[in-house]
Amino acid sequence: MKTLFRLLGLTRPFAWWMLLAAVIGFATVGSGIGLLMASAWLVSRGAMLLPASALQSGISGVRLFGAARGVLRYAERLVSHNTTFRILTRLRLWFYESVEPLAPARLAAYRSADLLKRIVDDIQSLENIYSRVVAPPVTALMVTALVWALVSRWSVEAALGVLACQLTAGAALPVAAALLSRGTARRIAGLQAEQQLLAVDMVQGLGELKAFGMLDEHLRRMRSAEERKLTLEKRAALVEGVQDTLSGLFMNAAVVWLLWQMLPMARSGSVGTVALTALVFGVTASFEAFLPLTGAVQHIEADIRAGERLFEIIDTEPEVVAPPAPLPFPAKGGIEARELRFTYPGSLRPALDGVSFTIPEGGRVAIVGPSGAGKSTIASLLVRFWNPSGGSLTIGGSALSSFDPETLRRHIAVVSQRTYLFGQSIRENLLLANPGASDADLGRALSAAGLDSLLPRLDEWAGQSGMNLSGGERQRIAIARMILQDAPIVVLDEATANLDAVTEQAVLETIDRSCQGKSVLAITHRLHRMERFDTILVLHEGKIVEQGAHGELLALDGFYAGMWHLQHRAEM
Amino acid sequence: MNIDRNLIRLLNEERRSFVLSGIAGSLSALLLVAQSWSLSALFERLFRSGGGWNAILPDLSLFALASLLRLIAGQAGNQMAKCGTLGIRGRLSERLAGTVAGLGPAFTRTEQSGRLVTTMLKGVESVDPYFSQYIPQLLMALVVPVVILAAVFPSDWIAGTILLLSAPLIPAFMIVIGKRAKTATEQQWGTMSRMSGNFLDMLQGLTTLKLFAQERARRDGIAEASENFRRSTMQVLKIAFLSSLALELVGTAGTALAAVSIGLRLSSGAMPFRPALFILLLIPDFYLTLRQLGIRFHAGMEGVTASKEMHAILDRSGEASPLAGGMEPAPGEAASRPIVVESLRYTFPGGAHPALDGISCTLRPGSVTALTGPSGAGKSTLINLLLRFVEPQEGTISLGETQLSRYAPEAWYRQVAWVPQHPFLFNATIRENLLIARPNASGTDIDDVLRQAGLLDFVRSLPDGLDTAIGEQGARLSGGEAQRLSLARAFLKDAPILLLDEPTSNTDPILEAQLRAAMEKLMKGRTVVMIAHRLESIREADTIVVLEGGRITQSGTHAELAATEGFYRRALASSTEVAA
Repeated sequence: MKTLFRLLGLTRPFAWWMLLAAVIGFATVGSGIGLLMASAWLVSRGAMLLPASALQSGISGVRLFGAARGVLRYAERLVSHNTTFRILTRLRLWFYESVEPLAPARLAAYRSADLLKRIVDDIQSLENIYSRVVAPPVTALMVTALVWALVSRWSVEAALGVLACQLTAGAALPVAAALLSRGTARRIAGLQAEQQLLAVDMVQGLGELKAFGMLDEHLRRMRSAEERKLTLEKRAALVEGVQDTLSGLFMNAAVVWLLWQMLPMARSGSVGTVALTALVFGVTASFEAFLPLTGAVQHIEADIRAGERLFEIIDTEPEVVAPPAPLPFPAKGGIEARELRFTYPGSLRPALDGVSFTIPEGGRVAIVGPSGAGKSTIASLLVRFWNPSGGSLTIGGSALSSFDPETLRRHIAVVSQRTYLFGQSIRENLLLANPGASDADLGRALSAAGLDSLLPRLDEWAGQSGMNLSGGERQRIAIARMILQDAPIVVLDEATANLDAVTEQAVLETIDRSCQGKSVLAITHRLHRMERFDTILVLHEGKIVEQGAHGELLALDGFYAGMWHLQHRAEM
Repeated sequence: MNIDRNLIRLLNEERRSFVLSGIAGSLSALLLVAQSWSLSALFERLFRSGGGWNAILPDLSLFALASLLRLIAGQAGNQMAKCGTLGIRGRLSERLAGTVAGLGPAFTRTEQSGRLVTTMLKGVESVDPYFSQYIPQLLMALVVPVVILAAVFPSDWIAGTILLLSAPLIPAFMIVIGKRAKTATEQQWGTMSRMSGNFLDMLQGLTTLKLFAQERARRDGIAEASENFRRSTMQVLKIAFLSSLALELVGTAGTALAAVSIGLRLSSGAMPFRPALFILLLIPDFYLTLRQLGIRFHAGMEGVTASKEMHAILDRSGEASPLAGGMEPAPGEAASRPIVVESLRYTFPGGAHPALDGISCTLRPGSVTALTGPSGAGKSTLINLLLRFVEPQEGTISLGETQLSRYAPEAWYRQVAWVPQHPFLFNATIRENLLIARPNASGTDIDDVLRQAGLLDFVRSLPDGLDTAIGEQGARLSGGEAQRLSLARAFLKDAPILLLDEPTSNTDPILEAQLRAAMEKLMKGRTVVMIAHRLESIREADTIVVLEGGRITQSGTHAELAATEGFYRRALASSTEVAA
């Protein structure tokens, strides 16, 4: 329930729009009631053999309500869709604002595109919270009030009975059915998750399943999960069916009750037969408003689940918060790590296990080591995506946590192995690094990165839906971004990993040129041109096992030398 | 008319349920007539006689009974349809899994796995509304109007004619406007998915935004894009909704026209009261049934789309390898007989060139054969054929004298251990990942193979030991650990034939030495076919087979090949050059 109220709270800025849509929705059903009542009135008056002129108001009523119903429905759909889209915008902004401080540390578990897509789908489905969850009960309430007003004029007993039937059919039964099938729905969701797991294992591990003779067993498990799910769905359908039938029954009971109560009145003349006929038709037509209520209850459950998933993400504590009184970024000073320790949540072993090093201002330091040694973790700590679990990391003598994270990141340019390009123009993808850059600046950065070919294509789309840029081109865009950012500290995280040998050579030279006078931290597992670095830190399983210049390390004939020989040995 | 041939074929398999559903639906239509009939009788009595209880009670009871039965019949029809639908879903899902399994890893590797999984699960679920809602509604739309017309015409041919003439307008409008709306709707769906794609893009790139301290600036971008989307979509919807407006107007206009005409004739005495009321009660359901078809039509649309994707897979079931043969190799047979490959030819479906173009060779028992050659030469295809993931199109593979296809696949797999380059680890514990190789292995067996693969110390260091969950695709393990786990599986399987795709170069010298030692131990005493990348692995093999363009261009020992001009010598020269 709390989740539902939180979700509804998000839609509050559109309360007036929603009310407007609900009122039009009510007017639509009301016209339906009016149309049938006017028709009934017309026919019953006609039966009294009155002249045609006496039927005139009925005829106008039929025409008016008939036309109004269609037009009102049209208006209602427009207003409610418009509201839905406004809600969607709001949900997106809300989620983005809430999730942004959590990135990337708290979102590590959602890194796969599949999981993120599920989040986006959750938000997309919540956009309908108005039309599916809010609107039906509001409209039904207004219609209930209308029917009450119509019937209680003649007989309060009759009106009470009709009201009881409406409440049972519209509220009690859907809620009871939802409660009854709540366990079923949860078990179906559980089975769907199990099926997802089984299907992924089957599709990706088909070779293993076959070769190990486990395929038949696996197919049997998939079949059994599907069968159990279908059995549960059958049960859910049955509950829903019984509920639908009972709802319908109570609707009809309302008509029977109305007749039961008012027929004696008709006989005694205290209510006209024309009025009674019209009332019966009106009550029948009002059922329309109660039909969507079943769906509303089910959608509430689905929306609560979607909401819970979203709240679970955004309710986590951010890993990194800005200090209340951030220090200005030091104009001078090197980077120093003392006994740095870090373990990723859920990980089986520490990524960094007591690492100490110094990068003097303007110094060039490389961190090498096999994949998984903890190299990139150092970069993540340096830009403060994570906080160290132990030890200290300082720039110019001040702890990283004393700076505003945004200020810190503006002063550190990172060229990473995975360059993300947004589905926007090349220009926008570059301006990210320096929003104030002129076209001339962009041109200089592109040429320096060896991307002259992109100069005339600045307004073309990059990213998934845009031009197909090769891995090498993406990497060079990252380098162009670094040049544009012009930060005093540069982190090169496998910056040339996707380039062929010839291009790599050229790009490395560009990087060297544009990094003149800057502090450089290069992370790599490929040992090329290592003489460029003042110091090389060799990382293995979270510890620095060797350090020194390239020549010294080779002479040591230890881990580094082993890596170097492995990479420069024969393969075919 | 939203009739998908494949879906109709599926419908036929559950014909009984849907026929019963149709019968129940027709019954409920007849009961609707009875309901209106009794209610109109009741009112007539009321008008004529003031309605004494005794006079009215039979009609009132009949009305209540008809209402009850109608609800029950309608619901029974729904349940029947749902039953049939669930039957179809179960069958469809089993068939899809069976087809994918039959097409084998050669197929799944070429498909996007996420999309395949979605088709297998969500695809099957999304045909549900087509069968459980659209088809029953289609039946109702065929039955209810006819029943109502049959009831109305004898009472009043004018009202009947109004209904008859206006009825075709609804499907006609649906088709005419539907077509125009469809383009508009598709366009809208296009923008819609682009929009959510844009939002996804922002979330995926959030780390990058933060690196450039641009995360707050982009917030406004999202707001603006979303607002633009709303405005453009509303323009589209204004037109798209006209279709339902038109449908609604036809319905209400028909009702109004009939009501006014009846009312006027009543007042002139040209028509009695009861049939007038009777007709008036029936009219709303006449239009409602037709209109709802339009709504259900959209609900069923998704199923039609999904059906296309599912049948794209199901239609390929013919390509699945025939599971012929039931023989089992005698004990010791696989370890003592050569594997003989004769004029083997294989072309991938849709491939322009054969991946293997008539190769012949004999793999002696207990020997190590290294496959080498440029990428795309057919090395993996040969391994796939040896693994029977695909069957030869021409030529044969035999164990001694017996063709592989004569063995039952599971019997053959008992003789083969396979270590792929990128082993797949199941989202389960280390123990479960090992036990698939030999489900009845003892604790000592497991410790033993972990030691041989160089993993024992690592596993013992974990708090949960063997019961550590390794995450999706073994995400909690490093690449080296995953490779060693795959080797441990092969040790545990202890099969006489080993097919091995050597991991490419590692950057960790310690790990490299461990892997190398484990692999050498594993190869001892088995018939080994390996795709080799390391020069020393190739050099130490008993036979080196050079594949180029699907043919064997050279084969022999290292010494023989190094002395002959060809791919091997050229590759050798260039790689030693790099090393120097």
